[in-house]
Amino acid sequence: MASALGPATKSALISKLAAIVGEAHVASDAAGLAVYEFDASDEAIAGHHLPLVAVLPGSAEEVVQVVNLALAHDLPVVARGAGTGLAGGAIAARGGILIVMTRMTRIHEINEIDRYAVVEPGIVNLDLSNTLLQQGYFFAPDPASQRVCTLGGNIANNSGGPHCLKYGVTSNHILGLEVVLPSGELTWVGGPSGETSGYDLTGAIVGSEGTLGIVTKAMVRLTRKPEAVAVLLAAFPSMDAASRAVSAIVAAGVLPASLEMMDALTISAVEAAFHCGYPTDAAAVLLVELDGLAETVAEHGEIVARKCREHEATMVRHATTKAEQDLLWLGRKSAFGTLGRLAPNYYLQDTVVPRTKLPPALEFVGQLGREFRLEIANVFHAGDGNLHPLMLFDRRERGAIQRVLEAGDALLEYCIAAGGAVSGEHGIGMEKKDALSLCFTTDDLRAMAGLKRSFDPRELFNPEKIFPSGFSCGEVNQLKQQSLMRDGMYVV
Amino acid sequence: MSAPVAEHVLASAVVQPEVLTGFSGPDAPPWEVINTCVHCGFCLPACPTYKLTLRERSSPRGRITLIKAVAEGRLDLMDPTFQDEMYLCLNCRACEAACPSGVKYGELVESARAQIEAQSPRTLRVRSARIAAFRGVFGSSRRFRAASAGLRLYQRTGAQRFVRRSGLLRRVGLAEKEALLPELSERFLVPGKEFWPAEGVRRGTVALLAGCIMSTAYAEVHRATARVLSRNGFDVIVPPGQGCCGALAIHSGDLEAGRAAARANIAAFSSPSIDAVVSNAAGCGAAMREYDFLLRNDPDWAERARRIAGKVRDVSEFLADQGLVATPGPLAVTVTYQEPCHLVHAQRISRQPRELLAAIPELQLIEMPESALCCGSAGIYNLLQPEMSSALLERKLANATSTGAAIIVSANPGCMLQMAAGLRSKGVQTEVVHIMTLLDRAYAALDVTAAAAN
Repeated sequence: MASALGPATKSALISKLAAIVGEAHVASDAAGLAVYEFDASDEAIAGHHLPLVAVLPGSAEEVVQVVNLALAHDLPVVARGAGTGLAGGAIAARGGILIVMTRMTRIHEINEIDRYAVVEPGIVNLDLSNTLLQQGYFFAPDPASQRVCTLGGNIANNSGGPHCLKYGVTSNHILGLEVVLPSGELTWVGGPSGETSGYDLTGAIVGSEGTLGIVTKAMVRLTRKPEAVAVLLAAFPSMDAASRAVSAIVAAGVLPASLEMMDALTISAVEAAFHCGYPTDAAAVLLVELDGLAETVAEHGEIVARKCREHEATMVRHATTKAEQDLLWLGRKSAFGTLGRLAPNYYLQDTVVPRTKLPPALEFVGQLGREFRLEIANVFHAGDGNLHPLMLFDRRERGAIQRVLEAGDALLEYCIAAGGAVSGEHGIGMEKKDALSLCFTTDDLRAMAGLKRSFDPRELFNPEKIFPSGFSCGEVNQLKQQSLMRDGMYVV
Repeated sequence: MSAPVAEHVLASAVVQPEVLTGFSGPDAPPWEVINTCVHCGFCLPACPTYKLTLRERSSPRGRITLIKAVAEGRLDLMDPTFQDEMYLCLNCRACEAACPSGVKYGELVESARAQIEAQSPRTLRVRSARIAAFRGVFGSSRRFRAASAGLRLYQRTGAQRFVRRSGLLRRVGLAEKEALLPELSERFLVPGKEFWPAEGVRRGTVALLAGCIMSTAYAEVHRATARVLSRNGFDVIVPPGQGCCGALAIHSGDLEAGRAAARANIAAFSSPSIDAVVSNAAGCGAAMREYDFLLRNDPDWAERARRIAGKVRDVSEFLADQGLVATPGPLAVTVTYQEPCHLVHAQRISRQPRELLAAIPELQLIEMPESALCCGSAGIYNLLQPEMSSALLERKLANATSTGAAIIVSANPGCMLQMAAGLRSKGVQTEVVHIMTLLDRAYAALDVTAAAAN
C-alpha cells in the first residue's frame, strides 16, 4: 500500500521517477496531485483517492521503467488519459503511481495499403481522425468526448459512440497492441492481419480498463471516409413516438451510421449552450446520420424521413451544409456537459436494453424520476438501445445522492430484467463493479478473475476496478445470488 | 414524457450553506460559479497552457479543481503550485467558449488572483510595483500619455537605437521586454479633442473608447476606425473623462483599480445620445462588457454599469451587424486572420470580422490553423511569463506564416504588438494590421479610384 512507504523511500522513489521521465513530468505535491483525484464521473463514484505520485512518461520505454519501479516497491499502477471517463476507471483507488499518458501522442506509421496506423495511446481521438482524414480515412469509434478523450481510454473502456451503430465499438478497430504487462515486460499482441491463432489477447486487453496491462502503442484500423453524408433532424411530440420511429427505421432495412435521441430537457440545455438549431418545443428529437454511396444515402434519407413522419414527427429537416451538420453534432456531443447548466451535479447511467424495449424503458425512467423526485434528462444512442439517463441533483441537498444512487440501481435491475446489460460503453470502473453480479454468476466472475490473475497475480494493475467488492485479494467470495439472474441474459 | 418534476424537486431542496474557508471577503471566487463545473474535461483541448504542457493542473478543469480545493479548505491559498497556476493561465477564456456547462472561468481566475494579491506578503514587492503601474500610470490618461511621451522621446531621439545596440538591455535582462515596446504614434488621441461627423445619411452616434495603449501606440488605428464608422453614417465622438478600461488591473487581481477605471468610464460614456460604446481593442471591449459583474456589489454603480455594459460593441461586430452602407474599394492582398482571445472567446465574435474582410473586393482571406489559439500576449502576460508566452508566439507565427499571406489581420493591440515583435525578431516581412486599418485602406483605395476617374 502507498501509505506504507516512509518519507525517505518516497523521496528516493520520486527522484528515480524524475530520472526516468524528467523532473517536469512528475507531480507529488498537494496541488499537483489534487487534480488527479477525479475524472468526469461524479465524486460519489470516484470517491477521494489520491495517487502517491503522478508521472507523465514520453515513451513506451519510460512506461516500462516506471512500471518496473512500481513493481519493485509493490505499488499499484493506474493509467490515465484525458480523465473523461464516467465510471472512475482512471482513479488511483489504492494510491500508487498514476501514469498519465497525455504526452504520448505520436503517430508512428500510417499504412494505407494494409489499412492501419500505429499510434501512441495519448493521442486525442479526434486529432487521430483529423490526421487520417487528410488521406481519406478516419478512426470510426467516436465517443461524445472525442475532442478530448484519448485513444488509450477508448481502448481501456472498449468505447462506443454515436457511430458504433454502423461501425462497431473500439474492439472492432484495434488490430494489435503494444502493452506493458504486469510482469514489467513490453510485448506486442495481435497484428496487421487482424487474424489471430490461439487466444485473442488483443480482444482480452481491449476493454480491460488497464487491469491487464498498459497500452503503449495501438495498431488501429483505418476506415475509408464515406462518399456522402446526410444528417436529418426529426422532432416528435413524445419520446414514445420517437422510439417507435427508431424501430421502424431499422425494420425498414436502413442501417444509419448513427441514430441518436434527445429529450426536451436536454434540448433546452444544449440550445442554451450552443444555439445549434434544435427545436425547443419538441418533446424529443432524433438525430440521424446516413453515410455511404451518394445514391444509397439519398434513398435511405427518404425512407428515414417517411418513417419519422409516419410516427408523428412534427418536423423533419435535412442539415445540408457541413457547418449545419457540425453544429448539430456539437450539440449532441456536448450534451452531457450542458446539463451542468441545470444542476450542479449529475449522475449519468449507461445501460442497454434491446431496441424494441426502448418505449417501456423510457417510461420506466420517467417513473423513476417521479418516484425518487429527480429531474432526469435523456440523451442516448437510440439505435443501439443504449440509454444514458442523466439524473440531475445538488449534492448539498440532504439525501439527494442516496436517491440518485437508488434510482440508478433500480434502473440497472430493470434493464437487465429486460434482457439488457449493466454497461453500454462507459466501462465498469469503480461505478459498476458491484452491479456485475447482477448479470454474471459467481462462476462467470471466477473465470474472469482467473484471467486477471494470470496477467496480474500481484493485483497491482488498476486495483479495485471491475470486480465486485470482495473479489479482490485472490478470494472468491460467494456472491449473493440475485433474484434477477436467470438464463438468456446477455452482455454486449 | 410527462412534465418535468423540477418544481417539487426544487421545493424539497435543503441547501446547505457552503463555508468557504480558503477565501475571504466579497471578491472570493463565487461558489455558484465553481459549482457549475461538472469536470467533463471539454475545456482541455481549448486551453493553450494545457496544449503545451499536457498536464491537468495547467488546464481550466485542473485550475477550477484547485480553486475548489482552496475554497473547501483542503489546499492552502499560498500553495506555490496554486499560485503558479493562477498566473500561468493566460485568461484567454478559450475554455469558456468550449464549456458546455457555461462556467464563467474568467470570474474565477480573476477572483482567485485578487485573493492571492490581497493576502500575499511574499509578493508585496511585485504587488506594489504593479499597483504603482495600474493606479499611477494606467489609472490616469494624462499620466499615461505623459509616460508615453517620454517613451516616444526615447524612440525618436535615437536613444532607443543607441540602447539596443549597446547590449545594456541584454545585460539587465530586459531585451525581450524592450523589444515589445510599441512604436508610438506621432500624435496621441486625446479624448474630447477630436470628432468625426457622419457622412451621408446619419445612422447614429457612437462613442469610441480611446484606451491607454491604443490611444498612444495605435492612435492612427483609432483615426482609421473613426473614418470607417463615419463613412458608414455614424457620428464618432471620443468623450472626455474616459481612461484605461481597467482590464490589465482586473486580470492581475487589482480589482479596486479596475473598479476605479470602470466608474470613470461609465461616467464618461453615460450620455443618452450615445447609441453604442465602440471599442476596437478586443481586451478593452471584453472588460467593459463585464463592468456589471465588476460593480455588482456597488449599489451606487451596479445599475449604471449594467446599462453601459449593454451598450458596448466591438467595432467589427457593430459594423457587420449594422451593415456597411459604403462599399470598400478593392485591395488585392492575401491576408490571414488571427482571432484575439478576448474577441472570439470572451465576446464570442468570430463571424463578423470575416464578413468585413469578405466585403473588401479582391482581398483573399487564407485561414490559418488554430486561428483562435492565444498568441501569448494576454495583456502583460508576455512580461510575466516569457517562456510560455514565447512558446505560444512561436506556434502562432508558424500557423500564420504557413498560409503565405502578406498580412496578418488582428483586432487587439496586445496581439498586434506581440506578433509584430515576433516577426521583427525573425526578420519576417509579414505585416500585422488592425482590421479597421485595412478597411480604411480599402476606402482610401476607393477615393484614389474615384480621383483617377475624374
